[in-house]
Amino acid sequence: MSDNNGRKHAIDMSALGRSHAGLSLDNEEIAINVHSLKLYYGDKQAINGVDMRIPKNRVTAFIGPSGCGKSTLLRCFNRMNDLIDGCRIEGEVNIDGENIYGKAVDVVDLRRRVGMVFQKPNPFPKSIYENVAYGLRLQGIKDRRVLDEVIERSLKGAALWDEVKDRLHESGMGLSGGQQQRLVIARAIAVEPNVLLLDEPASALDPISTLKLEELIYELKEKYTIVIVTHNMQQAARVSDYTAFMFMGDKIEFSDTDTLFTNPREKRTEDYITGRYG
Amino acid sequence: MENMNIGHHISRQFNEELEDVRNQVLRMGGLVEQQIADAVKALVEGDCRLAEQVIENDRKVNGFEVMIDEECTQILARRQPAASDLRLVIAVIKTITDLERIGDQAEKIARMGIHLSEMERPKSQYYEVRSLGERVVKMLHQTLDSFARMDVEAAVQVCEMDDVIDHEYEGIMRKMVTFMMEDPRAIKRSLDVIWSVRALERIGDHSKNICEYVVYLVKGKDVRHTSTDYMKEAAQE
Repeated sequence: MSDNNGRKHAIDMSALGRSHAGLSLDNEEIAINVHSLKLYYGDKQAINGVDMRIPKNRVTAFIGPSGCGKSTLLRCFNRMNDLIDGCRIEGEVNIDGENIYGKAVDVVDLRRRVGMVFQKPNPFPKSIYENVAYGLRLQGIKDRRVLDEVIERSLKGAALWDEVKDRLHESGMGLSGGQQQRLVIARAIAVEPNVLLLDEPASALDPISTLKLEELIYELKEKYTIVIVTHNMQQAARVSDYTAFMFMGDKIEFSDTDTLFTNPREKRTEDYITGRYG
Repeated sequence: MENMNIGHHISRQFNEELEDVRNQVLRMGGLVEQQIADAVKALVEGDCRLAEQVIENDRKVNGFEVMIDEECTQILARRQPAASDLRLVIAVIKTITDLERIGDQAEKIARMGIHLSEMERPKSQYYEVRSLGERVVKMLHQTLDSFARMDVEAAVQVCEMDDVIDHEYEGIMRKMVTFMMEDPRAIKRSLDVIWSVRALERIGDHSKNICEYVVYLVKGKDVRHTSTDYMKEAAQE
């Protein structure tokens, strides 16, 4: 390509030895497909018809101001909203090709496949070992060898093994906040989910524990599809591959994280991430 | 993004920091513009005192570069700017590098002026240096205008001025080669003129770089090393 003055594109990326192209949703396998999702709390509509595709084995972050519907949307992915009185849902959420709001869906099995970690670490008042074994015992697994193996693998997966391997039978409540949060993640991945939902997982942690958790998220995405809600925009920028900006129940923008944080399309996104009042 | 107003951050202090850094760039640009004009004037008129002053003032240009770089580093560390704010800081860091180099070229022209003042003046009275110099100063002025107003279309137009400058530069070079062939005694002087017009031509290239940063700043598109058509498209999107 050259112009009237004979000046050419003078860029050749071949010497870089790696692909320069950014992420694109078109090249991704889709793990969660949200279709015209509406959610009402009584008369009040909290989500106004959201369409979204969440890619497999990637980290997708939801950002937006308080009350924008990002946590509500996250909770739709394992039907946590079913537990709330007066909550009504229209539309579809397809996970692995199946609408999870279909009649035949076993919600307990769904929540095994779609694990969740909350803002405040919530270990059970049991030993570290029993915390991680809990889901397996529910499934009826009793074989000590199987349990030992899964627990070691899960604690290693949650980057906690080295810190607790000598005190597996002490109470999980005795761990630090950051360790407790990783214990909860170990409990979630022990039952081998496909998707991990993280609802502000680092907001109660100190900066170092936060960094460890972020490092863990980076490692976990090899095996799991991760969706994270965070109030911390820098955290979303650090850990995620894709970012959705929500505002007043609408999905305003969904892009690869690099684009969203350097050159967002929507003015409302720009105002939010740069700290302007819209 | 059309919304390029620096203000309206919730943090007023952040507004002030960005506004300040932008103003400093424009002040630095103003100084550099003056430096080129003075250097060319000193050369054309054989004014050694003015040339000395240009050489001295280049230290102020360097001072701007160091200070603005430091402010940008602090903004990056403390504010973690995103989107248009991030692009502003990046564009500023790059712009001041080019402005500093333009300053160096002005200093070079001033030194040539001192050399030339010791030689016999040509019949042309260095008309070609003055003409090219005026064009280059105008180009830098419009470049800084486009930066100040964040006006991409103006930036693209300014880029096209660089072609005219390159064309004029080549004309002068041909003329100088002819002079040197005709009269070997003119070689020394002609070489100094060549270095000077070469410096002016380089300033045109640096101005063009700054225009490319303006497109990046406003549109988020990297148009370096691309064709003019591509740049025009990017500016219109």
